[in-house]
Amino acid sequence: MEPLKQEYNITVYTENQIGLLNRIAIIFTRRKINIDSLNTSPSEIESIHRFNIVITESEEVVRKLTRQIEKQVEVLKVYYHTNADVVWQELALYKMSTDVIAEKVSVERLLRENGARAVVIRKDYTVFEATGHREETDNLIKILQPYGLIEFVRSARVAIIKDSEGFNRKLREFERLEPGEEVAENEYLNQGQKVFTM
Amino acid sequence: METQTIAQEVSEAAATAKPQAVELSGSAALLEALIVEGVDTIFGYPGGAIMPIYDALYDYNEKLNHILVRHEQGGIHAGQGYARTSGKVGVVFATSGPGATNLITGLADAQIDSTPLVCITGQVFAHLLGTDAFQETDVINITTPVTKWNYQVTDATEIPEVIAKAFYIARSGRPGPVLIDITKNAQIQKFDYEGYVKCNHIRSYRPKPIVRHQYVEEAAKLINEAKKPFIIWGQGVLLGSAEQEFKTFVEKSGIPAAWTILGAGAIPTNHPQNVGMLGMHGNYGPNVLTNDCDVLIAIGMRFDDRVTGRLDKYAKQAKVIHLDIDPAEIDKNVQTTVPVWGDCKETLPALTKLIDEKQHTEWLTTFNEYTQKEVDAVINEELNPGTGEMTMGEVVKQLNEITKGEAVIVSDVGQHQMVACRYAKFNNTRSNVTSGGLGTMGFALPAAIGAKFGAQDKDVVAIIGDGGFQMTLQELGTIMQSKVNVKIIILNNRFLGMVRQWQELFNERRYSFVDIQSPDFVTVAKGYGIAGKSISERDDLVSSLQEMLNHDGSFLLEVMVRKENNVFPMVPQGCSVSEIRLK
Repeated sequence: MEPLKQEYNITVYTENQIGLLNRIAIIFTRRKINIDSLNTSPSEIESIHRFNIVITESEEVVRKLTRQIEKQVEVLKVYYHTNADVVWQELALYKMSTDVIAEKVSVERLLRENGARAVVIRKDYTVFEATGHREETDNLIKILQPYGLIEFVRSARVAIIKDSEGFNRKLREFERLEPGEEVAENEYLNQGQKVFTM
Repeated sequence: METQTIAQEVSEAAATAKPQAVELSGSAALLEALIVEGVDTIFGYPGGAIMPIYDALYDYNEKLNHILVRHEQGGIHAGQGYARTSGKVGVVFATSGPGATNLITGLADAQIDSTPLVCITGQVFAHLLGTDAFQETDVINITTPVTKWNYQVTDATEIPEVIAKAFYIARSGRPGPVLIDITKNAQIQKFDYEGYVKCNHIRSYRPKPIVRHQYVEEAAKLINEAKKPFIIWGQGVLLGSAEQEFKTFVEKSGIPAAWTILGAGAIPTNHPQNVGMLGMHGNYGPNVLTNDCDVLIAIGMRFDDRVTGRLDKYAKQAKVIHLDIDPAEIDKNVQTTVPVWGDCKETLPALTKLIDEKQHTEWLTTFNEYTQKEVDAVINEELNPGTGEMTMGEVVKQLNEITKGEAVIVSDVGQHQMVACRYAKFNNTRSNVTSGGLGTMGFALPAAIGAKFGAQDKDVVAIIGDGGFQMTLQELGTIMQSKVNVKIIILNNRFLGMVRQWQELFNERRYSFVDIQSPDFVTVAKGYGIAGKSISERDDLVSSLQEMLNHDGSFLLEVMVRKENNVFPMVPQGCSVSEIRLK
């Protein structure tokens, strides 16, 4: 039986280094695993970058991948979480004809019902923005399509780990020559497994 | 004072007075760094984009021995051979573009075999990056999958720190190849050099996990309760310089122990508890009994598919203890019962302390019974054929008699490699140099050159097939010019033997492009001023081997061996280790 695949949110804390994106990306591509979403951003700590990567895989595959990522010299720490463990958002932009919007009052209502708001309104076109989970932004595409959706784009996912106290304390440990046991190993990688923790 | 480096002068100056900077070029700073890191030998090949470094090298000729190779692939394999015998970091220079791309095979080989290397490549001027300049190639991106770390330097002031990081990363933790690409402007640029500080910490990099004593205790408990425990070890024991700790562990535990080809020599071949080689062409007992043991203790090895055979039928009955420095190896291929993370130099003594002193006499006898079956079915005929054409095995056996297991054996890839690893005697650690993970044909000749520089007091014997030899034979030029005393044995079966063996066994003898012609190797060697001899008669074997080893300088001995001999035992692909075939 195929192991259960689901969406996993991989959070990677790294140094800000040219080429690191490639080094991380090829860990997936080498194994022919598709990256559903990838976002790089600053983190809560200056100079430390944070990758949010989303893939749909079994936990076993994800666990092995995260170890390979954490092995990279410039990677400080890797965590993986299911969607239930994170608060996450994606941003979508929709470009519509302003004439259509003006004529069809229902469109405005639909937008309001779906939590979208206008970012730019020009004579010829209007750009709406919606933030939310994928189903929500996807749903709005379906709704707008009949009225002539000119352009659509969605950002990568950003996710905050619910059960995390941030990275500051860990970073201070890493800066020591001999980091303490509790932060040095990745307890997250083996949660639920009694056999061992990293 | 003559041997003092500028770096030492600077650091002395720093100790006595206020810091004093010396103006140096990036190239000179690089060479200063190499000296502080204890580099004595560089394998390299010059070219346009690395010319400033070679120009600086002109003044460092006394301190740094540069070996001019004939091809960058030869250079990096030589660096690997050097690292494998010496335990130090191998250093390789190459120019940009084709020089750098020629390193790829060696980088991939070093990456999969955890060999510490620092490769320096020249790069076009920084302002030309991305313009398709002459001999420009995107070396950083090309080498990313096959390096432990890589970095492009575009400013000379970065050089001391980056080189310090490079050496630290290459040799620490699980070792591996590092590539530093230096643009030409950075090589030329002068800057205020303030000395070289070795690196011992990078905040994002933890070379070895902290030893968790809970798991050491759990492992010891499993070992103490085991009725049929079995140790399998790999190169991690050598890389961790833990041979002595390993021997103590093996001897106190009384457990039979088998090796992967890269682990050979950690304890001598003739150690009573050394039960032989693992894997596809390994020994009979270790393979079969992997599926019979109750506790499998894997030390510094990574369960390569050539070792495990079919994974879902591999040691399923056993509890698995895995000692490894690389957390990513735990549970990668084989599910572990108890992981003992860490440097085996630390974990082995901790484990030894907790285990009972035992003898597993009956269990060892079982191994010996399997050995006897293998001797009767395979080994006897291979080593003592008596009549007919010579076998590869008897050449290795006679070589053992003469070298007494003291030589460094460098093998290429194929049938002769399996024969060399199976039958060569190793009294010492770091004396089996071979391309394990990548299986790089053409590895042996250049690797032997490096191996000799890494182990000057040892006889270095390269055992190579007629196919692999033709992949890198240009390195005979390096042997000639640098007067490298390596002994070369070509086991010539006039076939690409391993592929032919598979075609015989699995493709109904459809010999597709395995029939390879060779030049007159002795004449080729002669062209390079290297003495040589070709033999096909058994009566000439011992005297010729003797002549080769006694010869003052390098020597090539071609031995014509059986054309269609097969290497057995064999675990056919897709089969379990216990389904190993004796014929």
